[in-house]
This record gives sequence, C-alpha cells and structure tokens, in this order.
Amino acid sequence: MAYSDKVLDHYNHPRNVGSMDKNAPEVGTGIVGAPECGDVMKLQIKVNEETGLIEDAKFKTFGCGSAIASSSLATEWVKGKTVDEALEIRNTDIVNELSLPPVKIHCSVLAEDAIKAAIGDYKKKQVSRTSEPVAQEA
Amino acid sequence: MKTPIYLDNHATTPVDPRVLDAMMPYFTGDFGNAASRNHAFGWKAEEAVEKARKQVADLIGATSKEIVFTSGATESNNLALKGVAEMYAERGNHIITAATEHKAVLDTTKKLEKHGYRITYLPVKTDGRVDMDMLRDAITDKTILISIMYANNEIGVLQPIREIGKLAKEKKVLFHTDATQAVGKIPVSVIEDNIDLMSLSAHKMYGPKGVGGLYVRRKQPRVQLTCQMDGGGHERGMRSGTLNVAGIAGFGEACAIGGREMAEETRKLRYLRDKLKDRLLAELDEVYINGSMEHRLPHNLNISFAYVEGESLLMGINDIAVSSGSACTSATLEPSYVLKALGAGDDLAHSSIRFGIGRFNTEDEVDYVAGRVVEVVRKLRDLSPLYEMFKEGIDLSKVVWTAH
Repeated sequence: MAYSDKVLDHYNHPRNVGSMDKNAPEVGTGIVGAPECGDVMKLQIKVNEETGLIEDAKFKTFGCGSAIASSSLATEWVKGKTVDEALEIRNTDIVNELSLPPVKIHCSVLAEDAIKAAIGDYKKKQVSRTSEPVAQEA
Repeated sequence: MKTPIYLDNHATTPVDPRVLDAMMPYFTGDFGNAASRNHAFGWKAEEAVEKARKQVADLIGATSKEIVFTSGATESNNLALKGVAEMYAERGNHIITAATEHKAVLDTTKKLEKHGYRITYLPVKTDGRVDMDMLRDAITDKTILISIMYANNEIGVLQPIREIGKLAKEKKVLFHTDATQAVGKIPVSVIEDNIDLMSLSAHKMYGPKGVGGLYVRRKQPRVQLTCQMDGGGHERGMRSGTLNVAGIAGFGEACAIGGREMAEETRKLRYLRDKLKDRLLAELDEVYINGSMEHRLPHNLNISFAYVEGESLLMGINDIAVSSGSACTSATLEPSYVLKALGAGDDLAHSSIRFGIGRFNTEDEVDYVAGRVVEVVRKLRDLSPLYEMFKEGIDLSKVVWTAH
C-alpha cells in the first residue's frame, strides 16, 4: 500500500511522543483500542488551569503507520485549543489531512475517540476535585 | 549491497539465470506445440516436456508418468481435491485436512462442503503440527482423502508427513500433500513418505510463475482423478490445455538444480536463518518464534515482536521485502489464521514478521536486515503504549480494553 507523504512524515517524525503523569489533576489520559485488534492509542492532554487551554499533548500508539500518524496529528491539533474546541475535531478532518484510504478510516476514528477519552478523563478529574476536596484514585 | 533486499522467498523466488537459459529456446525458435505429433516442431517441444517431466519426477522419487503439469500449486490442489472427491464419491464423502493449510486447499474443501462432502479441519498444536492421534481418530469408513501440507507457507513448519503417509496407507485412505514450500528445499520422496498425490510449484524454487505439477501415484495404489479441465485430453486426460513448454522446461531445470545443490544450499540457508534469529533474540526482548523450530524449513523464520504492530514495522524497514501476519497487511483485515491456529493470541499475530531467505541472499544482507529490524523495533517500542505498560509491570491480559 502506498502511504501519503503526510502519513510518512508523521511516521518518520512523530510529534509529541511520550507520557505525562496520569495522576496529575491537570492531565487527562485516554487509552482506546485493543491489542488483539491491532491498535491501541494512548493520548494525553495537559490543561492550563488559568487559561483553560490545552498546553501540552503526548501520545503513544501501537498500530499501523496510519494509526501512528492519526494520533500524532491529533496531538498537534489539540494543542492550544480549549477542551471544548478540541472536542470539535472530527475523524473526517484527520482523514482529509492525511489522505487516508477507506481501509484506514478506523485509525482516524480511533484518534477522535482518544481525544474524547482524554478530555473525558480530564473532566472527570475536575468534577471530583470540585465536589470532593481530596481527589480520589479511580 | 543493493537495496531493496528481497527476503520474502516464501511468496515467490527469482528465476535462476540457469533456469531462464533452459527456457529461452522454447519461445521463438522451438516454439512448437508439444501435442503436434507429426512434425519436428512438435517433437522438439515434446522432447523438452518429457525431459522436464523426468527432472521433476527424479527430484521427488517418482516416475515420469506420475507427473501432471499444471499452471501451479493452486490448480494442483484443486485438481487433487476435487478430482479425488469426484472420482471416489461412491466410496465415501469425507476428507480430512488441517486448519493451517493454504487457502488453495481450504477454499477448495469449502466448496466441496457445499456439494455435500464432509470435511474435518484438524487443529494444530502450539508448535504448528497436527496431532497424529487426532488424525487417527478422525478417520472413518467414509474417509477418502487426507490432505495435509508438507511445509507451511507462513511458519515453515513441517508436518509429520512420513507418519501421516504410513497411517493413510494402513487405513487405505488416499494421502495428498501440498509440498509447494518443501520441494527443492528439503529432500522429499513420495516412496518413503507414502504420498499418493503431491502439489508442486515452480516459482517457489527459482522457476517461472504459472507452472506447477501434480504427482499422481500410478502403483499401489493407482490413483484416479476426475479431470477438472476438459479439452484435448492432454496429460493423460487429467489436465487438458496446451502445455506451457518454456515454463515446463524451466520447471524441470529448477528441479534439477534444486536436487543437485540442495545439501550445500540448505547448509547456507540454515546458517543465515540461524544468524538472523540469534541476533534478533539477543538484541531484543519480548520476541517470540512462531511454530516449531525443530521441524521447520531451513530458510524460514516467523517471529513476533511483541508490542509492535507488523505493518508499522514493515513501513520502517521499507528497504527490506518481508511479510507480516498483521491484519493491516491482509486484504481481509483479519490477522493470520495460521498464527491464530497456534493459539498464541491475535496480538502476537499482529506483531509477526515472516522472513524467507533464498538462494541469492548474502550474509551481508542478512546482517543488514537484522540491524534494521532491531533499530525499527526499538523505535516503535518507544512509541508503543503497550511496551510502556509491560515495562511498568502491568499484565496486559488483565486490562479491560475498549475494543472497537
């Protein structure tokens, strides 16, 4: 299969690879996919409490080149956005940006799910912080 | 050293230049139809075909009359299975095969099922071999054929062919084996192994694509087939169609070379394969060999790099031609059914790479490949959330995943 230049670029130079402290209150972590399906994405966001903007994002992905590229692109896109703006990112945007073929659309879906899961995790932490002064381990 | 490096010799092999030389006369000068009985053009073609027939037969311990030329192993498997099923329908309707057979066998048996035949698909053990007791138990008085491959195309695992042949003979059941990956690579004898039908392919042994053969035993027992291609009655009525004279001449030469050079070539291939395996195992952790190492073709290595997805690995080693059992590399988006049959789990199938070393590979190439694979696996593991979790001591089998 021929890969688009953008997929190759993200594969060869993945952006924002790494991990942040998943227990930190300002960090939201989303892990989606399953090893037996051949792809697992972990996407993390770090929200600036004062500005409300996502100031950092990291990912690690087990999956094909298109899955790696989709999650790498997702971390680039969420940075600098508010949580609500990041929720607007659609998998179709990723498909278009990376020129993914039909068989790779599920990679973009997974990336969108990873963003949502990370934001969901962050929001859950915020709720538990405001309702209970002492954060509880999930 | 030139790139890309070809290390996918289970998919196909390059034509040996000596094979090409043997083929060339039959395209332009000696272009006759081997079935033309009344002029020199036909005689020359027939002579070439009969020489090749002898060369093929000699390699496998058969006689010339037992070789039927076909378009390749897929056709041979179709002819063997459907031809036997049809011919021996009155004797029984049961065929035994294995879960790890090539699709040319499995799709054929599936079709036979639609026509009322009963097929037993034997599972394999974790080493990829069939269990002889299970095979014995599966045989009924309706069983007409056992079809078990000689060597697997993905994991290179050799089945206990001699034991199966002995059992089939004792039970008076015909025995077919798809020996596409084995013939020309390891010694194969239809006599010693009690094989009744055997599928062969030229392009897996440095011959041309589009030509193969089916060995059909003539004595003890005399195997009969219902032909699947009707026409001029070529190949003693078992396979009509004008013979591919140049291809057949090449197939014959490939067999002659394969037989002559086998011992030395096997030593070289095994050395290179073991070198590749030993380096990968020494330099990387969490690496798993798929299938038996003891009962395996000398040039095959099928290995899973845990926590790394196969297609992404292929993408990283894009100057090396190998293949993967990952779903992402298959047309069906399903991981390799062969690896799944070993019971190793889908995750290891997704992480598998098949290396097939061939006659024209060099030690420099194998060294380069080992280095590149190690480099890319390390890079992808730095990117892998699973490898990170593994390193943190998390048991991945206990994690609740959000399967999609």
